[in-house]
Amino acid sequence: MPRRGIPKQSADELVRQLLELLPDESVLFGEEDQHPYECDGLSAYRQMPRVTVLPENVEQVQAVMRLCHRMQVPVVARGAGTGLSGGALPNPDGVLLSLAKLHNILDIDPIGRIARVQPGVRNLAISEAAVPFGLYYAPDPSSQIACTIGGNVAENSGGVHCLKYGLTVHNILKIKLVTPEGELLCVGSEALDSAGFDLAALMTGSEGMLGVFVEASVRLLPRPECVRLLLAAFDDVEKAGAAVGDIIAAGIIPGGLEMMDRMSINAAEDFVHAGYPRDAAAILLCELDGMRQEVDEQAEQAADILHRAGATEVRITRDEAERTLLWKGRKSAFPAVGRLAPDYYCMDGTIPRRHLPKVLRRIGELSKEFGLPVANVFHAGDGNLHPLILYDANISDELARAETFGGKILELCVEVGGSITGEHGVGMEKIDQMCVQFESAELSQFHAIKHAFDPDALLNPGKAVPTLHRCAEFGAMHVHAGQLPFPELERF
Amino acid sequence: MQADRSNELREHVAEAYARQTPLCITSSGSKAGLGRPVNAAQLEVAAHRGVTHHEPTELVLTARAGTPLAEIEQLLAAHDQMLPFEPPHLGESATLGGSIACNLSGPRRPYTGAVRDFVLGCRIINGKGEVLHFGGEVMKNVAGYDASRLMAGAQGTLGVLLDISLKVLPVPACEMTMVCSCSAAEALQQMNRLAGQPLPLSASAWVEGVLYLRFSGSDSAMLAIPGRVPGEVLGNAEARSFWLELRERQLPFFMASGVWRIALPQAAAQPSIAGRWLLEWGGAQRWLHSDAPVDKVQTAAAALGGHATLLRRGEHPRALLHPLAPELMHVHRRLKQAFDPAGILNPGRLYEGL
Repeated sequence: MPRRGIPKQSADELVRQLLELLPDESVLFGEEDQHPYECDGLSAYRQMPRVTVLPENVEQVQAVMRLCHRMQVPVVARGAGTGLSGGALPNPDGVLLSLAKLHNILDIDPIGRIARVQPGVRNLAISEAAVPFGLYYAPDPSSQIACTIGGNVAENSGGVHCLKYGLTVHNILKIKLVTPEGELLCVGSEALDSAGFDLAALMTGSEGMLGVFVEASVRLLPRPECVRLLLAAFDDVEKAGAAVGDIIAAGIIPGGLEMMDRMSINAAEDFVHAGYPRDAAAILLCELDGMRQEVDEQAEQAADILHRAGATEVRITRDEAERTLLWKGRKSAFPAVGRLAPDYYCMDGTIPRRHLPKVLRRIGELSKEFGLPVANVFHAGDGNLHPLILYDANISDELARAETFGGKILELCVEVGGSITGEHGVGMEKIDQMCVQFESAELSQFHAIKHAFDPDALLNPGKAVPTLHRCAEFGAMHVHAGQLPFPELERF
Repeated sequence: MQADRSNELREHVAEAYARQTPLCITSSGSKAGLGRPVNAAQLEVAAHRGVTHHEPTELVLTARAGTPLAEIEQLLAAHDQMLPFEPPHLGESATLGGSIACNLSGPRRPYTGAVRDFVLGCRIINGKGEVLHFGGEVMKNVAGYDASRLMAGAQGTLGVLLDISLKVLPVPACEMTMVCSCSAAEALQQMNRLAGQPLPLSASAWVEGVLYLRFSGSDSAMLAIPGRVPGEVLGNAEARSFWLELRERQLPFFMASGVWRIALPQAAAQPSIAGRWLLEWGGAQRWLHSDAPVDKVQTAAAALGGHATLLRRGEHPRALLHPLAPELMHVHRRLKQAFDPAGILNPGRLYEGL
C-alpha cells in the first residue's frame, strides 16, 4: 500500500495522534479510502466516519481506545460489515474501528473441542479449520462465508440450525474485550461457567455498545454422522404451520426447519432450479441429523406426520447432492427474491408460531395497503420470520413506504407476543420499534447497563437502545396497544 | 395452586428502596448453602407460584418464581417433555426461582446446556421496585441487552425474579448407561474422546474408579451404542438411581463435610491436589475432598482456566466463592449499581459489597 503523507497542518489532531499509534496504512482518513466503510449490510443507511482505523493487534486496539477515551471521541466497531441493521453504521464525529486485521485462528483444541479465535476470523473459516478433527462451529448465519465471529458475538447471530444447536450465545465460552478506557477484560470461561455474573451472556448481542471484542473461545461440536432433508409441499400456509407443531410435539427436534411461501418458492426456483413444487402455497424443509439409525427412524416418522398434516407431497433426500440442491434454494432465497424488484427490505421479527396464520394474513393485507409485494421465508422451528418487502428506491417515497410497512410488521410481531428482531439486531434500523417493545423503565434499565460499562457513551452511541426522548417523539405519532397517548386531547 | 403476588412483592421492594433497608430473597431455602449469608429482612417469594403458560408444540413454558420444580416437571412429563438442564432440587420444596438464580444444572449440562441457555425471558423487580420484562416466549430475541440470562447465577443480587420463560425439550425415547472401571486420567480422556464423536452422550461421571456414560435417543440408536462404546450396560433402575443421586449430591461421596466444586475446561488435566475426587460433566465439574489450603485449591483451578467454590456443611454452613479479579469486581459493582442502586437485594450473597 502506498505510504500516505501525514495530514496537512489543517487536518485534525485525532488523525495525527492515531498515526502515531498505528502504521500509516492502518489509518484511513480520505473520502475515497473510507468509502467501503460508510455502510454495512443495510445499505440504505450511509455515513462517512471521521477516520477509519485497522489495528493489527490487541495492543493497538487498546491504544486506539485509550486515545479515543482521552479525546472523548465515539468509536464504532466493525467486523465484515455484513450486518443487516446498521449496527456498524459509522459515527460522523467518530472513529470506525475495523477488526478485519485481527483474523487469526489462535488455537484449536480438538480434545477439549474449543477454538480460540480473533474477532476478524470468518464464521465458516472456523468450521473449515475444524474439519480434520471431525468438528464444526454450529451457528451458521446465511452470511457465514463472509461474516466474522466478532460481529456474530456482537449481534448474537443465528442461522438455520438454531432450534437444535442454539444461537451464538450458546456456543461461546469466553470473550476477551477492550473497555472504553482501553483495559483488557476477560468474561466467561473455557470451563462451562465462571464465578460471578454471566457477563459473557450479557456481552453477546450487545451490538458493540459495551466493549470491543478482541478474542473469543467457541465451542466445537462433532459433525453428525448422518443428515437427511425432507421437503414437504402444502396447498395452504396454515397447514404447513400446524405441521411444524406436530413434528415438535412428536418429540422430534430437527436440525433445521424452514418454511417458504409461494412467492419465495417461485423466486428461488427461477434462480437456482432446485426442483421446488411451484404450485405449492408453502413448502417445509425439515433437516434431521444424528446417528444413522435414529435419523432413518425419525425421517420415516416425520414423513408420516407431514402426510397426516395434509402435505400434498413429501420427499426424503437420499444423497448429499439432492440435499445440497434443496438447501441451495432456501439459502439463495434473499438474492432470488431480490431479482424480482430493484430493491428489497428484509425484516426479522419473531412470533410464537401459533400466530403464524394470523401474522401472514395481516402481512398480506398490509402488502395491499402499501402497494408493495412481500415474500416470506421463515425459520419455522424457532418462529423467526423474514418478510422481504419489494420496492424501488428510484421511485419517490417507495423506500419510506417500505420502511413504514416494515415497522408495521414488527409492531405486529410485538402485538402477538414476539420480538422486533430475532437475529439481525436493532442497530440503527429498528431503534423506533424498541419503543414499542419496551416500556420506559425497561429502556432506562438498558441505559443503566450501558452506563455501567461505558459511562461516557463513546461506544456506538445512538444505536440499539433509543433515548426516552426519542420514544416520546415516536410515540406522539404512534398508537400503542390501541391507545393514543393523551386520549383526551383533540387530534387533527 | 396459583397466585400472582407481583404487586405485593413490588410494593415490598419499593418500600425497602425508599427506606434503604436490605432484603434477603427467599423461597423454600433449599439453596441457602450455595451463597453467603444475607442478614436482612426476608422477602418471601414462595407464594408467587403457578405455571402460567405451556405450549408443548413451541417448547415454551412460563412459570412464576415460587413454583415448585416438582410441579413443573410433573406437568412437562405429562407431555413427554422436560427441563433440559436437569436441575438438582437439593430439597423437596425446591422452586424454579432458586434454580434460575443459582444457575444450577444437572448431569445433562455439558451436552444439552445450562439453566442460562434455556432462559428465554423473565419478569423481575429491580432494586428500585420497578417491574421489568426482558426477553420473551420466543426462541430468538435480540432486542435490547440480554438481561434475562444475566439473572441466571446472579443469586437475586440484580433483581427479584417474578416469572421465567424457558425453552423445554422432549424427553428422549430411551436412555442407556455404560460403565467401566478406569483411573481418573483415563476417565477424562475417554469422556473427552467420546464427546468429540457423533454420539448422543447425555451425561458422564467418574465415581470411585468407575466411569459412567449415559446416552439418550431413539431405541434404534441405543441398540447401536454397546458396539461403539467400551464397557457394560448398566441396568435401567440402577442407572436411574445413580444419576438421580449424583444430581441431588446424595452419593456417599457428598456426605462428608466440606466439598470443593471445581469448574475446569473439560479436557484440563487433573490438578495435583491430594484428596478424593469425583468427576462430572465430561471433566468440567470436579468435586474434591481435601485438606489443602483454600488459596492453593483456588490458585490451581485458576491456573487451569477454571474456578473453585468451597461448599461447606457443619460449622461453616455457607459457600466460599472463588474471588474475582479486581477489574472484574469493578464491573460487577457497577452492574450491581445499575440494577440495585441502594444495594438492597441480597447484599453480600455472592461477594462482599455486591
